[in-house]
Amino acid sequence: MSTITAPTKDVPSKSKNLVEMNWDPITRIVGSLGIFTKIDFDAKKVAECHSTSSIFRGYSIFMKGKDPRDAHFITSRICGICGDNHATCATYAQNMAFGVRPPHIAEWIVNLGEAAEYMFDHNIFQDNLVGVDFCEQMVKETNPQVWARAQSTPAPHSNDHGFKTIADIMTALNPFIGSFYLEALQMSRMTREMFCLMEGRHVHPSTLYPGGVGTVPTVQLFTDYIVRLMKYVEFMKKVLPLHDDLFDFFYEALPGYEEVGRRRILLACWGSFNDPEYCDYTYKNMTEWGRKMFVTPGVVVDGKLVTTDLVDINLNIRILLGSSYYDDWKNSETFVTTDPLGNPVDKNHPWNQTTIPRPQKRDFGGKYTWVMSPRWLDKRTGDHLALDTGGGPIARLWATALAGLVDIGYIKSTGKSVKIYLPKTASKPEVEFEWKIPQWSNAIERDRARTYFQAYAAACALHFAEKALGELHAGKTKTWSDFKVPDEAIGCGFHEAVRGVLSHHVVIRKGKIANYHPYPPTPWNANPRDIYGTPGPYEDAVQNTPIFEENGPAKFKGIDIMRAVRSFDPCLPCGVHMYLGGGKVLKTHHSPMFGVQR
Amino acid sequence: MATETVPYGRSTQKAPAVKEVHILWITAGLGCDGDSVSITAATQPSIEDVILGAIPGLPKVHLHNPVLAYECGDDFMKHFYMAEEGKLEPFVLVVEGSIPNEKIKKEGYWAALGTDPVTKQPITTNEWIDRLSPKALAVVAIGTCATYGGIHAMEGNPTGCMGLADYLGWDWRSKAGLPIVNVPGCPVQPDNFMETVLYLLYQVAGLAPMIPLDDELRPTWLFGKTVHDGCDRAGYYEQGDFAEVYGSPKCIVKLGCWGPVVNCNVPKRGWMAGIGGCPNVGGICIGCTMPGFPDKFMPFMDEPPGARVSTASISVYGRAIRALRTISQTTLNKEPKWRHPRAELTTGYHPRSY
Repeated sequence: MSTITAPTKDVPSKSKNLVEMNWDPITRIVGSLGIFTKIDFDAKKVAECHSTSSIFRGYSIFMKGKDPRDAHFITSRICGICGDNHATCATYAQNMAFGVRPPHIAEWIVNLGEAAEYMFDHNIFQDNLVGVDFCEQMVKETNPQVWARAQSTPAPHSNDHGFKTIADIMTALNPFIGSFYLEALQMSRMTREMFCLMEGRHVHPSTLYPGGVGTVPTVQLFTDYIVRLMKYVEFMKKVLPLHDDLFDFFYEALPGYEEVGRRRILLACWGSFNDPEYCDYTYKNMTEWGRKMFVTPGVVVDGKLVTTDLVDINLNIRILLGSSYYDDWKNSETFVTTDPLGNPVDKNHPWNQTTIPRPQKRDFGGKYTWVMSPRWLDKRTGDHLALDTGGGPIARLWATALAGLVDIGYIKSTGKSVKIYLPKTASKPEVEFEWKIPQWSNAIERDRARTYFQAYAAACALHFAEKALGELHAGKTKTWSDFKVPDEAIGCGFHEAVRGVLSHHVVIRKGKIANYHPYPPTPWNANPRDIYGTPGPYEDAVQNTPIFEENGPAKFKGIDIMRAVRSFDPCLPCGVHMYLGGGKVLKTHHSPMFGVQR
Repeated sequence: MATETVPYGRSTQKAPAVKEVHILWITAGLGCDGDSVSITAATQPSIEDVILGAIPGLPKVHLHNPVLAYECGDDFMKHFYMAEEGKLEPFVLVVEGSIPNEKIKKEGYWAALGTDPVTKQPITTNEWIDRLSPKALAVVAIGTCATYGGIHAMEGNPTGCMGLADYLGWDWRSKAGLPIVNVPGCPVQPDNFMETVLYLLYQVAGLAPMIPLDDELRPTWLFGKTVHDGCDRAGYYEQGDFAEVYGSPKCIVKLGCWGPVVNCNVPKRGWMAGIGGCPNVGGICIGCTMPGFPDKFMPFMDEPPGARVSTASISVYGRAIRALRTISQTTLNKEPKWRHPRAELTTGYHPRSY
């Protein structure tokens, strides 16, 4: 895989049997993404790949001068599937900037809402969008031999999920008619009802505010939530073994499948679920309260945990250009020279970014995308690392497992795994699942982690519900703390959007927003080569993807590429706010890749 | 010999005037795909109810939505090309996201879908709207971005974006004579949209008259009332009892709720399955269904200027009424005096036999 390469001019590929294969749009993701590849069918490899995205909206531009209290209402609209993650992250940044700490029960309510979001979103993406890539119809069309084998392969956990063979699982995943597809769709509704109980509306919440929530904590509120949660817990006891069976089968049926979507282990997690006992939203104490989050923030490089310190994470974020349609902001205002601890803040940090779009023609030898390149500076080596989120769950579980900090009974981080306990439900006994750190960061493990994290979120919700009820029973039902918007302030929020790291950085001047830069997961995953020539994560991942599909060029569906792309849970609107314009194309020669833009 | 038996009641089932309908859905406006995601939450009817023919009398529906489609790339786009060539009749066009102004810059594009096979350049969303809208049986704008511009059309925006009716013209009519149908909401309330689709399918099937729309092209039965009309906190308003802090169960008008003047049924209907909503569950109404959204409602967390007058005047009446009601309520919270364990009957009945 490539690490550092100098940018090169576009050179026509010399390979003989390259066939151009394009998919525009890529469906079953959120947002507009096109993938343009050249496939070497003789070598069964992707020879070249670039991607395009086609929408620009301009959030960082139109938020300037607005009331900072409006930030969470506005930024929720960045994304139509995880808008609440943005709203939540914005309130975290607002709380810091306004110097306000919500009452405990408000924090538990937000955590319950966000847990429901993970339960919903991973569920619908996994089984109604990604799942279709593994369904009978798709497998028959792309790998008839795999389908044949699936029919005679018993599912090891059939007692848990009720499907006798792997083929039965695939049939159940057929869109709109498969039994499991329909059950998952229904479950995605019930989890959204849970979400609406806590945050009012899905996907743009109505009851979140800086300082707390407007949700009225009543006995009924938690009854309605817990009853639904336990149905989901029962569902998980079936879903998790089902996916283990399905994914293990792919390794077995297609030796070498671990190479699909594989890239170097460079994972980022910004932490999720604040603990109100510790989280006071001050920057000064952020290192400590960050480590008390119920999903531990962390950077994992080559399997090693480099940091769990949110201050460290924050200060080393760099937004680079290189292949993007922007002017640099060297000569623009520096908003924040030092953080509240006195540490210097880089000019390329989101607090100091100024977005200066320069629409122009595509030039694959120069600028070809609207996506900037977020990087994380590894001070040990001086490298600007192209971290990815792996779609969220794999990074969250990996960082949490290695850190060994989370222990709430329902969840226990062991230093090398995460134990997830689900109590007895209506028709199934208690279960303890264990997510173990996998050998690879690849498509299958990203997908597998997603299912485990669904169970993780459910287990956390059980804990949060107990805590919230404790507050309610103690009569502590105040859900909001008052505040004043300061004339001058800065704030930052760190959260996990469903598909990975999310940060919001705000600068307030004269009581208005002077600068606002959200960095959602997809720009981290889907960016082009930066100024140092380091390609973005999709590029790596697709570059290493072999082709297992049995179809030749005439009927080629690109299923292995699709599985690699979708394992990152691409969510294009997330990126669009900061980039202008339409197409981005990422292209290299001789190194297959991908670029996403947004 | 087996003869086919026709159930007596089959005569109740009428074949739709149109057998099959395609729904072509463009999500490539300036949006967030939140409306496509939203409709997967609908249950009245659900997306699968419509696609699988669970409701009698409807034509068979073929949905082409990029978030849900099995097909990818060209396999997906071929339906759009067929529609353009008049080979996919009839179809309803659904547009999601606001419509950018592509005329304000020298080159490039703000929003696009698919690639032109000849030029290899992206095809703008506006181009698709130009190509498909004249061929469509009906055109539906889903969500506030597509209907009126929404968040991305906020003051200071760089794209000059607008609603579909601003783009096509408010007097635009489809070839079947239908105006644009606007179903606003940020995002759209799931059942509001699916129910509008259901109505249009009934209309296509010949089972319903022209869809009733108001001047802003919204279905009247969904948007004819205000948030306040359907809000279960309106009783607090009537009694001049206003929340001072978020999290209170009282009327939140003073905390920034615009419910009394916003056309929307969400508090009445809930967000999904009757659960959630906005002011009914403690979320200020920020006017997200309205043409004036968001600018005319910002800053969201300030009391609407008009509310100061109305809340002040209602407070006089409301407090008096509340005091009187408190007296009545105190009385009503006491059982009648003849319910007691004493060894005497005081109900007014005078027994002669015991």
